[in-house]
Amino acid sequence: MKFVDEFRDQQVAARLAKLIAEESAGEHWKIMEVCGGHTHTIYKYGIEDVLPANVELVHGPGCPVCVIPMGRVDDGIAVAMTPGVIFTCFGDMMRVPGSSGSLLDAKAQGADVRMVYSPLDALRIAQQNPDREVVFFAIGFETTVPSTALTILRAAEEGVTNFSVFCNHVTIVPPMKAILDSPDLRLSGFLGPGHVSTVVGIRPYEFVSKRYHKPVVVVGFEPLDILQGVHMIVRQVREGRCEVENQYRRIVRDDGNPRALESIRQVFKLRPHFEWRGLGFISLSALAIREEYATFDAELRFQVPGVRVADPKACQCGEVLKGVLKPWECKVFGTACTPETPIGTCMVSSEGACAAYYNFGRFSRAESRLKVLQ
Amino acid sequence: MPSSESARVGKWSEQEVLDRIEAVRRRAPRLRDDAINMSHGAGGKATHTLIEALFRPAFGNPPGDSAAFAAAGGTLAVTTDSYVVSPLEFPGGDIGDLAINGTINDLAVGGAEPLCITAAFILEEGLPVETLRRVVDSMSAAAMRAGVPVVAGDTKVVPRGKGDLIFINTTGVGIVREPERMGLARVRAGDRVLVSGTVGDHGTAIMLARGDVDLESDLTSDTAALHRMCAAAMAAGDVHLMRDATRGGVATVLNELAQEADLAVAVHEAAIPVRDEVRGAAEILGIDPLYVANEGKLVAVVADADAEAVLAAIRRDPLGADASIIGEMLPEPAGMVFMHTAFGGSRVVDMLIGDPLPRIC
Repeated sequence: MKFVDEFRDQQVAARLAKLIAEESAGEHWKIMEVCGGHTHTIYKYGIEDVLPANVELVHGPGCPVCVIPMGRVDDGIAVAMTPGVIFTCFGDMMRVPGSSGSLLDAKAQGADVRMVYSPLDALRIAQQNPDREVVFFAIGFETTVPSTALTILRAAEEGVTNFSVFCNHVTIVPPMKAILDSPDLRLSGFLGPGHVSTVVGIRPYEFVSKRYHKPVVVVGFEPLDILQGVHMIVRQVREGRCEVENQYRRIVRDDGNPRALESIRQVFKLRPHFEWRGLGFISLSALAIREEYATFDAELRFQVPGVRVADPKACQCGEVLKGVLKPWECKVFGTACTPETPIGTCMVSSEGACAAYYNFGRFSRAESRLKVLQ
Repeated sequence: MPSSESARVGKWSEQEVLDRIEAVRRRAPRLRDDAINMSHGAGGKATHTLIEALFRPAFGNPPGDSAAFAAAGGTLAVTTDSYVVSPLEFPGGDIGDLAINGTINDLAVGGAEPLCITAAFILEEGLPVETLRRVVDSMSAAAMRAGVPVVAGDTKVVPRGKGDLIFINTTGVGIVREPERMGLARVRAGDRVLVSGTVGDHGTAIMLARGDVDLESDLTSDTAALHRMCAAAMAAGDVHLMRDATRGGVATVLNELAQEADLAVAVHEAAIPVRDEVRGAAEILGIDPLYVANEGKLVAVVADADAEAVLAAIRRDPLGADASIIGEMLPEPAGMVFMHTAFGGSRVVDMLIGDPLPRIC
């Protein structure tokens, strides 16, 4: 299939892997992919099988579902259980456990919870059901913020009064800072997020190279994108450079998308602080709806408990999100916490490091590869 | 700096953690949910758990799409299935021919020659008679094409809001000529795994027909009766097991196979036939065609020596032109399905979790 197969070519992969092996030889590399989409690609295509053993990929905090704290899930469920409400969300979000059950459980108990692919679908449901209150559970980094912003702008323009957004949008730079400030991780560089960068561009990461002296390469989501990104990081270090590079030029412009950024500024403002799952409260790290559009803010429109719920004791999602622990190093990984009965968010989303590792990577690479090749 | 391969959790290495997980996975599943949710009907892990933890202990049936039992003069096979698809009519078929074909396929993959079908209808008050007529006509045409009569039926009507237009339950009866020929016990390491055509057509067609996503294509459901193809495959060589890859897709069938036979299945991504339209939709929606439902695709486990002959026989069938050998059975790691990606890596192919596409059959 055009525009897909070119980026998954095995021969090109083998050539790139050889270059990486040659140029990286002699030391151990720890490269963090920030974005959950990259984690998914890495496991789905078995990229670790192609990389040399001295290049280690560390999974980062950029999975939008994974960073939602339990208290916010409870708030969402409380809104969903309100009589007359149609509660809409992305598919992954439905299985995220709150303190007593998930949205899927709420649905089984009678709440009208519907999966949508876009906030515009939620708005359409609102227009088709004028006697119901339709709420969209907005999650995601800068990638999905513009679509929520445009939906709110359209709702305002068309005078829709039964639509609101439960806003959980977050921004990518603060958690990267938190990770760079954490003493327990020594990284060689970052694979920067691809889709977030289509919106924000590559300049917001300059602090990483300038202040923290780590290279960043913004990469795409096909397996060859990732390999090339790894190669570019190795090359930067070998050539004594430390900068922000853009591997994903076919989509990402260095300045991002000014129209999308403008729509974000128009509708959203920064929250003073927001709780991240496993990372705790981070100031100026999330978005709230501006006063001008307050009528579309579900947090103002509905009673939500707004209670902070501590993560289950056994859950080590925070360490996994920060890349301090590999998924399998978590105490409950794969035994008490599985995709069907997740304890932590990282086990829910297909972009979560634990779910990706459990679903795709769960066997000893070295041993199985030998068996397979025989 | 220590590499991750030498890292340990307490006294556990990565391999020991993985072994422990496999041990947990092999335990009889426990049903922990308080209420039925949509994923219990999706054909993946939750369905598997519901059956293993609730139905199987109650009724004590062995696994399989149909049951064989001895009757005077031979072995009969019986199967039953309910159809709740939404929308009722979709490109390439409707709930009526889906019910006939699905029932025939459950018999056929068990090595049975279908004899007859019964059909019970649960209709919702307010259903247009014209719709019912179209569905019944399409059932009748499908039964005629397959040469399998509908011999008994039942009709109930429920008040508006208590059903969704039409639900159909069918029972199929067939005769098994050679009861010892196929079975889990015959599956062994070295066997090859065949699929009879492109995967994911039905589920994708339904999803596009439902209009939840704004994609357009000419894709149609693959609903079809496979009994002639199954008979041809069995005549061509030593077929050890056949399955009908419906809900949960080929991936789920392979996982059941790996667990029940206590062997590994290795599949080659590049060998799996997928239509461009299905691949495109799957790429956009972030789903894997291997987990998407089919309603006319056979998965066969065949003795290595006969694999090419059986493949040729399936390809001669008009429904089997795209058939392909997609993988093989291996002794280790038992209970697991893994894939050699077209990219040159490898990964696990687990059972479907949750429910990407509700009510597809």
